[in-house]
Amino acid sequence: MTAAGVVGVLVQLAVVVGGAPLLVGLMRQVRAVLEGRAGAGIGQPWRDLRKLLKKEAIRPEGTSWVFTSGPLVLFASTLVIAAVAPFVSTASPLDGVADLFAMVSLLLLGTVALTLAGLDTGTAFGGMGSSREVTIAALAEPTILLAGFALSARVGSSNLADIVAGTLAAPAQVLSPATLLAAVAFAVVVIAEAGRLPVDNPATHLELTMIHEAMILEYAGRDLAVVELASAMRLTVLLGLSVNLFVPWGVATSSAPLALLGATAVFALKVGLLGAVLATFEVFIAKWRLFRVPELLAGSFLFGLLAVSASFFLA
Amino acid sequence: MNLISVGLAVVAAAALVGATAGALAQARTRPLVAGAATAVVGLGGVLAGVAALGGQTWSLTIANLLPLAETTFAVDALSGAFLVLIGAVAITAGIYSVGYTSPGGAHATDEDDAAPGHDEVVAHDGVDAHDDVPGPAKAAASRTAQAVLPLFAAAMLLVPAAASVSTLLVLWELMALTSLVLVLAEHRLRRSVRDAGLWYAGMTHAGLVAIMLGLVVLAAGAGGESFAAMRAGSAGLSPATASCVFLLVFLGFGSKAGMVPLHVWLPRAHPEAPSHVSALMSAAMVTLGVYGIIRVGFDLLGGGDGWWWLVVLAVGAVSALYGVLQASVAADLKRLLAYSTTENVGLMLIGIGAAGVFAAEGNRVLAGLLLAAAVLHAVNHAAFKALLFFGAGSVLRSTGLRDLDRLGGLVSRMPVTTALFAVGALGAAGLPAGNGFVSEWLLLQGLIHSVTGATAPSVVVALSMPLAVAVVALTAGLGVATFVKAFGVGFLARPRSVAATGATESPLSMRVGMGLAAAACTVLALAPAVAGAPLGRLLDVLPSVRGGAPLARSDVSLRLAGIAGSMSPLLIVVGLLVAALGAAALVRRVTRGAPRRATPVWGGGSTRLSPRMEYTATSFAEPLTRVFDDVLRPEKDIDVTPFAESEFLIASISYRQRVPDRVEARLYPPLLAAVGRWGQWSRGIANGSVHRYLAYGFIGLLVVLVVVGITS
Repeated sequence: MTAAGVVGVLVQLAVVVGGAPLLVGLMRQVRAVLEGRAGAGIGQPWRDLRKLLKKEAIRPEGTSWVFTSGPLVLFASTLVIAAVAPFVSTASPLDGVADLFAMVSLLLLGTVALTLAGLDTGTAFGGMGSSREVTIAALAEPTILLAGFALSARVGSSNLADIVAGTLAAPAQVLSPATLLAAVAFAVVVIAEAGRLPVDNPATHLELTMIHEAMILEYAGRDLAVVELASAMRLTVLLGLSVNLFVPWGVATSSAPLALLGATAVFALKVGLLGAVLATFEVFIAKWRLFRVPELLAGSFLFGLLAVSASFFLA
Repeated sequence: MNLISVGLAVVAAAALVGATAGALAQARTRPLVAGAATAVVGLGGVLAGVAALGGQTWSLTIANLLPLAETTFAVDALSGAFLVLIGAVAITAGIYSVGYTSPGGAHATDEDDAAPGHDEVVAHDGVDAHDDVPGPAKAAASRTAQAVLPLFAAAMLLVPAAASVSTLLVLWELMALTSLVLVLAEHRLRRSVRDAGLWYAGMTHAGLVAIMLGLVVLAAGAGGESFAAMRAGSAGLSPATASCVFLLVFLGFGSKAGMVPLHVWLPRAHPEAPSHVSALMSAAMVTLGVYGIIRVGFDLLGGGDGWWWLVVLAVGAVSALYGVLQASVAADLKRLLAYSTTENVGLMLIGIGAAGVFAAEGNRVLAGLLLAAAVLHAVNHAAFKALLFFGAGSVLRSTGLRDLDRLGGLVSRMPVTTALFAVGALGAAGLPAGNGFVSEWLLLQGLIHSVTGATAPSVVVALSMPLAVAVVALTAGLGVATFVKAFGVGFLARPRSVAATGATESPLSMRVGMGLAAAACTVLALAPAVAGAPLGRLLDVLPSVRGGAPLARSDVSLRLAGIAGSMSPLLIVVGLLVAALGAAALVRRVTRGAPRRATPVWGGGSTRLSPRMEYTATSFAEPLTRVFDDVLRPEKDIDVTPFAESEFLIASISYRQRVPDRVEARLYPPLLAAVGRWGQWSRGIANGSVHRYLAYGFIGLLVVLVVVGITS
């Protein structure tokens, strides 16, 4: 493990941790502007975090270590993905630690930590949110793995650096049917996993419609701060994976300082752009009924299956 | 002196001594005697298995033990893997049983609590009359059950060592009978136990008949009943005969492995057996079905046709999906675990089937990887499933409950059991830091690399492998939902019944048994690469996948040999720990370690939430029940009772939902009815007249002579 490689990993962590709240702020700001509101500015999530850290944390009666460790597991699982995925550089020394499938499982681990915490509170809200969240996660899993299968098929490896480097080496691959189909499937899953419209409404606190917010209802103070930061990082990681798997240009292939600097800027730009597009898209749609979400996921599953078949037959 | 022979001698000696001592010992010392004997039996098995995986082989032929046939044993690396697996489960189950069968725990007289979902409870005054030992412990500690326990463990351990058809069948039957006795241990307490015993006996004997038919045809065709003769002679079989043999044997071993649609005995027998027996059966005995399929298909028949393995793959896919779907909506903890066994056997069969398909196409790298993944998954499954059944048994012993809808709040009352169950659930859910994750990852790697071989994939592969990946992924996703439910609803939050409120931690020996199983899970999760060399030796036994270790040895990562792919479970866990502890320390520093204030949970405006308002297992699984409505077809009953004065004044509403096993409900009643009709009809033939019977004998002899005359 070289010093330059370590620097690359640290840069990546700094970008994801530092930039995640800004991404959330940007998306809220885009929404606000499009809806004719002034908005709070893109720095507001960071200010919220600072405020939450000063507030008192709460331990609801009857909860256990599962409740207190939930936010930490969510944060840690997202941080490991942020360290391993080739967001800034494909020359990461950690690439062999986790491949695409392991990252999907890590995302799922974070989901599970929060769902268990939601159940641990023993409230109807917590249970309801957990039940819904875990149902959606379970149904999204096949799609994301099939999309990953389609992407890894052409390079013969499911390690992300190989997939990204493969696309960089053969740019025409991006327009192949397999990749396009996989991109559609992946996009739906990212929306579902990140809890965005039309699957879940990140802005709502209306009891019957919320999923994510219902699970974390009992958190306050520093615990809530960790949950909010980790959720923002999760969104960043998911968007970052989407852009780098399908539009990898700008990723550094070495750990030279200048290359890393340029790649960081390009990565921030790409993720910011995708976030803005997602926010714009969200202005025009409403949340779906919960039991229509499986239809959406089934549709994306079909796209995933088609992507894999295309990678076999049209390769 | 061969270490394998020492190990197996220990197995046989400890089983005989243990059975005798268990039968003679006083009630007070019986749990200790039987438990210790079972653990020693397991230890002998592990010893022999480790030696076999280390490269030793051993064989033994005893001439006059069985009539008409020699008793032949041979141990190779494939047997070794299963010896280690079964031996390890037996050690933990033996230790666990000491506490489980000793007096104490919940009184099973709270029958409404103890028998969730069962309509009728049989009086059990005869059981409790003698002393103050309560029901379940007393029944599982009976003289018969305790004496049979070491015998059952030994019979399981000797099955993979058997090397001739007659030896295998005798041991297989011994295993079936001893396990049947153990399943029936609590037959006086609940009628459902007898029902379960009947189903289990029926299925296991139907399986035995299928195995016997298949192997007898194979032995006749190959010209000898020892495995060595069959291995040599199987190449001469016609394809039709070989296929017939394989399908029969697959059916027979599959019924033991619990594959759909022959899984129906699992969700009956596993919940009703004492918990250490459930663990032995579900974690160890079921995998012997998998062993049988590998032994006959890959070894004795030498690989066979591709379509055999497509059948295995398809059955595996259906089993995995059906098992996990039923598990995800089950509310009875042990029933949930039983369905999860069907799911995991399905995953193993997917691995074995895909391995067979690739072996038939000559792709040894992928075939080796997938078979190794299947065997590793069997080992992982044994570790976490034993642990989970132990955990469920601790809960059952302490509260008398298996019904998740009435559990909860155990995290503060049974902290050790809860933590250890969490380790098992993590493994079963296939999440990082759990052991199931590693083998599921290997399985996926094997399946996705089907495209990237040197040659273009065949159409069969191109169609089946994406579907297999989708099945594995959906199974993994639903598995997560299942175990979030089992752990989250069963152990966390507040207790949902009086019995759960009174739960207390289990005795030391039970915690030690669970702790050992949890340690095995952890080692398998963090350092799976140590299995690389033994798995390579295992593959060398099988002619069609021979050559090459699937896992390259490396320090901390799991690297695949021959294809690109690496992952490091150890580094992932280290990363998770460092990140979580770092974040905790940082947050603590920023907030200057201010303690969390204890408050009541937010009640949405009301002052107090009662445990009745908590989500239950049934409500937790409701979205899944609804999404998979077409497959599961839940039965719902709503009874609205109005007051006598007016039908518009509602006195009570009761809502009941059951998710019956549709495969069982659709397939078995017609089958059983047909068998019944056949039995009725044949009563007419046997009317008691001796003359008729003599005539039947004569006609039968004539038919045999004619058949022999025509065919030879």
